[in-house]
Amino acid sequence: MTAPTPNTQQSEQVDPAAAADRSLATVVRNVFTAQNSLLVTALAVVLSLVVGAVLIVLSNTATMNMAGYFFSAPTDFLSSAWNDISSAYSALFDGAIFNPAYINGTPSQFFGPITNTLEYATPLIFGGLGISVAFRAGMFNIGGQGQTIIGAICASYVGFAWTGLPGLTHMLVAILAGGIGGMAFGGIVGWLKAKRGAHEVIVTIMLNYVASFLLGGWLLDTSLFHDPKNPGQLISKPAEADAILPHLFGDSLNTDIGLLLAIAATVGVAWFFKRSKLGFEVRAVGLTPSAARTAGINVHRVQIASMLISGALMGMIGVTQTLGLSNPNNNSIAPSIDAGLGFTAITVALLGRTKPWGVVWAALLFGALQSGGALMQTEAQVSNEIITVVQAMIVIFVAAPQLVREIFRLRAAKAVPTTANTPVAAAAGTTANGGQA
Amino acid sequence: MTTATTAPLNPVDSTPASAAVKPDRSKLLGGLAQAVVGLYGLWTFGFGSRTAHGVSTVFGLKIDPTVHGGLSPISAPAQSLAVALTVIAIACGLVRAFVPITAKLQRWLALGYFAAFVLAFMVWAAAGTSVGLNVPVILQQTAIAAVPLVLGSLSALICERSGVINIAVEGQLLFGAFAAALTASTTHSLWAGLVAGCLGGALMGALLAVFANRYLIEQVVLGVVLNLLASGITGFLYDRLMSVNPSDNVSMSFSNISIPGLSSIPVIGKAMFDNNIIFYAAYLLVPIVWFLLFRTRWGLRTRSIGEHPTAADTVGIKVIGLRYRNIIAAGLISGLGGVFLTIGSNSPFTKDMSNGAGYIAIAALIVGRWSPYGALGGAVFFGFAQELGVVLSSMGTPIPSAFLSMAPYLATIFVVAALGGLVRPPAASGKPYSKR
Repeated sequence: MTAPTPNTQQSEQVDPAAAADRSLATVVRNVFTAQNSLLVTALAVVLSLVVGAVLIVLSNTATMNMAGYFFSAPTDFLSSAWNDISSAYSALFDGAIFNPAYINGTPSQFFGPITNTLEYATPLIFGGLGISVAFRAGMFNIGGQGQTIIGAICASYVGFAWTGLPGLTHMLVAILAGGIGGMAFGGIVGWLKAKRGAHEVIVTIMLNYVASFLLGGWLLDTSLFHDPKNPGQLISKPAEADAILPHLFGDSLNTDIGLLLAIAATVGVAWFFKRSKLGFEVRAVGLTPSAARTAGINVHRVQIASMLISGALMGMIGVTQTLGLSNPNNNSIAPSIDAGLGFTAITVALLGRTKPWGVVWAALLFGALQSGGALMQTEAQVSNEIITVVQAMIVIFVAAPQLVREIFRLRAAKAVPTTANTPVAAAAGTTANGGQA
Repeated sequence: MTTATTAPLNPVDSTPASAAVKPDRSKLLGGLAQAVVGLYGLWTFGFGSRTAHGVSTVFGLKIDPTVHGGLSPISAPAQSLAVALTVIAIACGLVRAFVPITAKLQRWLALGYFAAFVLAFMVWAAAGTSVGLNVPVILQQTAIAAVPLVLGSLSALICERSGVINIAVEGQLLFGAFAAALTASTTHSLWAGLVAGCLGGALMGALLAVFANRYLIEQVVLGVVLNLLASGITGFLYDRLMSVNPSDNVSMSFSNISIPGLSSIPVIGKAMFDNNIIFYAAYLLVPIVWFLLFRTRWGLRTRSIGEHPTAADTVGIKVIGLRYRNIIAAGLISGLGGVFLTIGSNSPFTKDMSNGAGYIAIAALIVGRWSPYGALGGAVFFGFAQELGVVLSSMGTPIPSAFLSMAPYLATIFVVAALGGLVRPPAASGKPYSKR
């Protein structure tokens, strides 16, 4: 828990070392090794979809009845099982990326699925970045739910109450308010961790409850927030039109400018880790707090700062959930505004190996799964809870590359006797790999 | 509770040296803060309008007030009772601030302060209402609400004492609850459901064990992911099996066993000694786990692999093997907690029905400083808080019930912040062990 991210460097070190031997055979062979994180990720996705398929078949009672007479008529079972799986996964693909039926369709039919995917991915990018920043400083931000809720409360309040602000300013202030709300809520955690030694996991879990009671149990019941047009429903007043995030690709497509903000945040976090002094300190503290302290880094300040940044990014989930196009309730907030994204964000961060651009790819993958899962539920009547299972399995497989290697009988990268790849470093790499994931 | 905010900040990390200096000032300031909060309580609860004009608070002493016989309710003057209780609370705070006492006595004082203050609050809240405070019902519901928390925190305790963090309690509870409901409904046998539920929890435990020990995944993250996995699998199977075919998910329950003699004790008898078998098992497991951990060879070995696995390995303890066994056994226990959620309390399975109980169980463990009895105390505290919200929501207090529901979680943050460096998890907790 203290040094969660040392492997990112180490796993990269393997590549230049292996690259020293540039014969084509070695290069090809090394593509199929467990050290190749892209390959492992791809295989992890495949394995997880297989697990999902098994669950889909097992849970279909009609198909399982056919399995009862498998040996007398195996084709019955096999074709039924194949039907289950193919209908579910083709719907998943249609909903996530592209529906072949609409090859000559309108732009909204053609690009609809992929823009839905982008819209689902947007909050996950913010969340994954938020988790990564805390993680790189050696802390677990399990409090995404709470920070999202507080961010949503602030963004929503500015959105419906500060009606005097002119056009664009209103939106910007609402976005800022959401970020600051999440930031403050995350900052509490960092402060308690640094100054009082309170474990951030427990504090964030508790603050999740505090935030959700604050919103669902009280705020949405007050005259300040509650929408009088929806009596008896726990729902806030809708945000004003000029506070809402506009469409990015035209009105018929479902992506809003939240995506641009998320990409900007990614660039920002990437810069933060690579170039800024604080980012360097964050990485140092995450690797070895004691060494960082010896080197004159103020560990407590770094912890607080990283939780502030992490919280602000989580607050941005609240912003996109409230003011974005993904909001189902006319840009007002309901108790379930966080939609479990704070927890999904953890898996996104891990899948992206806590690197900013890795997080973007992971968020796109998970966004695609969620977007497709929605269609799968309506078209193939397969509950989209399976998406949660698949996501969790992907993360488990990615976090345990050794397991993937065992299943597919991949070799370890060919050892090249250089300084970077001595057996000791390799061993440290594998343990750290587990430690990071 | 306010000690956290008023106590002096400790600029250095919680090294032993600074920890030794800290208690003195925090004792003074903390005690004073308690006294100030107590004074505020005296002002609102004692002399507020709710308790004024000679209204009284009714204490019910029977679980079912409509039944004839037994003790009749006691009616006490609300104002004087609230004043007396808050004065006790203030006294506790002042004693803590100014009288030199041992650490053990301080803990009791804190407990006394807390109890007096909460009681005063309850007297105030119930003043003048016809419902009043039904003591046995509150006791019973608290104890029932605490059962999954007790089992969950015992499970997390065994894991952490063996050096593995078990955040996956939530998933184990959920999976246990699901397996128990499904099996009991399809086989029409509660006992089969019980076994299946425990095995379901153990299965999740086995996943934790394999990925933590063999594949060395960071354990907090692994726990969160396993919780997502359990939530996904149970939710998916619920949609595919149970909601299609409701006979796969019926509400059934173990019948209550009334313990002869003990159950006829007035007030607490019916509440505590007329429950089902899982209830008794949960509370009996606390001393059993304590005994096993601190008085047996297994316990010594378990604690040693949680504190210093390398040393344990040196003297010939099979670290990884023992960790596997302990985590799976712990999974059985939290699976039992899941069983209680469905066939232990006559309710069908619903999606995500554990509702964060697993996380709260871990909080109970930390507040209880990684000891079985401490965990029990923490679990009962959270169970009580849950029940308090239910009781007070019917009384029309001026405080929104959301803040009451929030209180235990805020209190936990304060406790964790106040204890800070003083609580110490098992040294090797969360660190994977490998011989390389």
